[in-house]
Amino acid sequence: MAPISIRDVKKSYGKTPVVHGVDLEIESGEFIVILGPSGCGKSTLLRMVAGLEEISGGEIAIDGRVVNQMEPRQRGCAMVFQNYALYPHMTVADNIGYALKVAGVSKAERSRRIGEVAKALSLEPFLARRPMALSGGQRQRVAMGRAMIREPKVFLFDEPLSNLDAKLRIAMRAEIRRLHRRLGATSIFVTHDQNEAMTLADRIIVMNAGKVEQVGTPEDVYNFPRTRFVAGFVGTPAMNLLEGRVNEDGAFVYDQGRIVDLPQDAGQAFAGQRVVLGVRAEAARLVSPEAQGALVATADFIEELGASRVVHADFDGLPFAVALTDSVRLKPGDRVGIVIDPHRMHLYSAETGAAILTPALAGTNLAHA
Amino acid sequence: MIERTPIFNLICYTILALGLVIALLPFGIVIIAATLDLKAVNTVPMPLVPSSHFWANVQEAWTRADLGNKLVHSMIFAVAVAFGKVLLSSMAAFTIVYFRFPGRYLIFWLIFITLMLPLEVRIVPTYSIAANALQPFQAILDVTGLTSLFAWLFGIKIKLEWGLLNSYPGLVLPLVATATGTFLYRQFYLTVPDELAEAAKIDGSGPVRFFVDVLLPLSRANMIALFTIMFVWAWNQYLWPLLITTDPKFGIAVTELKTLIPSEFGLPDWNVAMAGTLIIMSPPLILVILMQRWFVRGLISTDK
Repeated sequence: MAPISIRDVKKSYGKTPVVHGVDLEIESGEFIVILGPSGCGKSTLLRMVAGLEEISGGEIAIDGRVVNQMEPRQRGCAMVFQNYALYPHMTVADNIGYALKVAGVSKAERSRRIGEVAKALSLEPFLARRPMALSGGQRQRVAMGRAMIREPKVFLFDEPLSNLDAKLRIAMRAEIRRLHRRLGATSIFVTHDQNEAMTLADRIIVMNAGKVEQVGTPEDVYNFPRTRFVAGFVGTPAMNLLEGRVNEDGAFVYDQGRIVDLPQDAGQAFAGQRVVLGVRAEAARLVSPEAQGALVATADFIEELGASRVVHADFDGLPFAVALTDSVRLKPGDRVGIVIDPHRMHLYSAETGAAILTPALAGTNLAHA
Repeated sequence: MIERTPIFNLICYTILALGLVIALLPFGIVIIAATLDLKAVNTVPMPLVPSSHFWANVQEAWTRADLGNKLVHSMIFAVAVAFGKVLLSSMAAFTIVYFRFPGRYLIFWLIFITLMLPLEVRIVPTYSIAANALQPFQAILDVTGLTSLFAWLFGIKIKLEWGLLNSYPGLVLPLVATATGTFLYRQFYLTVPDELAEAAKIDGSGPVRFFVDVLLPLSRANMIALFTIMFVWAWNQYLWPLLITTDPKFGIAVTELKTLIPSEFGLPDWNVAMAGTLIIMSPPLILVILMQRWFVRGLISTDK
């Protein structure tokens, strides 16, 4: 267990910067998930913590010690790789125990600890097998075991679940969460899968193009995305984003001349500005196209999710998703009316992408706050 | 393109069978000749039916060419060369692939172009070095004037000498560097996923540990393939052993073969020569037969 501080950490390959100054304080025992699209620098950041990439600028401290110049083995981190990186010529037991062998732990002690770890991960029947003879899920558990046996201060996960099938992924997710509760090691988990991020994280760090977009609890990130990028990236279906302008009356004017009323007072402050209106699918309702104040769109297709369904509508050429809990009788091409809950609207500056109005603070002008 | 028509198959089999006959006929003649007696081997045309003198011919060849000793020398020589080549090329490739240092591409290409400089090309300088392995250092001392400085200061003339003629190091060392092997190993290391090296780093193992614990076991098939090729190659070396083993007691089997070949006015006992040839060619043959399976796997390198 150790806190990690990341201070203004930068990485560039030659002249190409890939991580632009990341600041982050991770508390001891916290489970952090770094979420972002591929190529956003999330893995690079993780690998800098592990010591597999050199740090081009800034400082990383683990447990109060600056580790910039330390070799990976001195940092006390264990890592689980995306493709597991098991040693193909060693048995499961040897794979798990390799770190201890390198550290010069006696054979008896080693096999005792391998036994413990194998028991915790239900790997006991496979100890004599080679990785080749294991299924994906079992390999994944061996990779976890190899990290666990060292009783590390810090656990690093580099998209460890992305090679598993959907069902196994959910099971492993639960297992990782359970292990973390038991071991309590500070963990950093990199993924591009927002469901993983939501279910695992104490705090999520959303990264894009080498920058941190938002740091917060899963609820925070989902409910109050601080930037247009986060709004569009987190959540299934993604938040509906409409680009337009706020008119003199404080109403949002969508480019084709449609008018959406903004929450009282809020609109006035941004009169004349170009903004992006963000609406979660569940913040909109379907009504009859003739209803008062309804935005008229065309139903495109209906995504049946079992407990709920999402209507994907065509809103003047832009997709707009509406989540429903009751069943509807709609067919593609039907005209629908959409009403947006004014208290659950998000506004982003079209220029900077920063949030200027979020629902919790509806009526509060962030730009002036 | 895979075609399966009877006529095409027939053509294929004919070509293959022809190739087989061409490859095996000389070998068959050697075996048959080794079983004949002096009279039969000299009749024209030579009978193509084996006779019963094989054992006597083998014994004669064995004593005449001192094969008991020479085969041991050959064996030590070929094993040492093949082993040295495997070790050196695996280590050279390891440095080139896994360490980032300036000029590593240059070094790799320098190693690679030595493919164009076989021993025969550089035999004179190599011989001169083998005669005195410390000669380059002597030259450095002479050129920089250190020799004369020492002679002037202490009245001692520095003369470095370490002769390698008629010794195993002299026989083996000039042959252990191999560009082919380094290249083979480099290609193999490039197929090993980077994560393996990273996992080993995280597990706390240093480069040497990683090399010994992970890379060497993984490259077992490669190693066997390279060892087999290089053993056969070393076993068949003629020119270098001939030059460096000036002492007749120290020769190797292949160069000793010439003592079995009948001289112009001597007894034309080709049967004994063929028996000796058979004995000498058998160790690499046996090795290839034994290692065949590994050998192929190492060269096509899909064993991961």
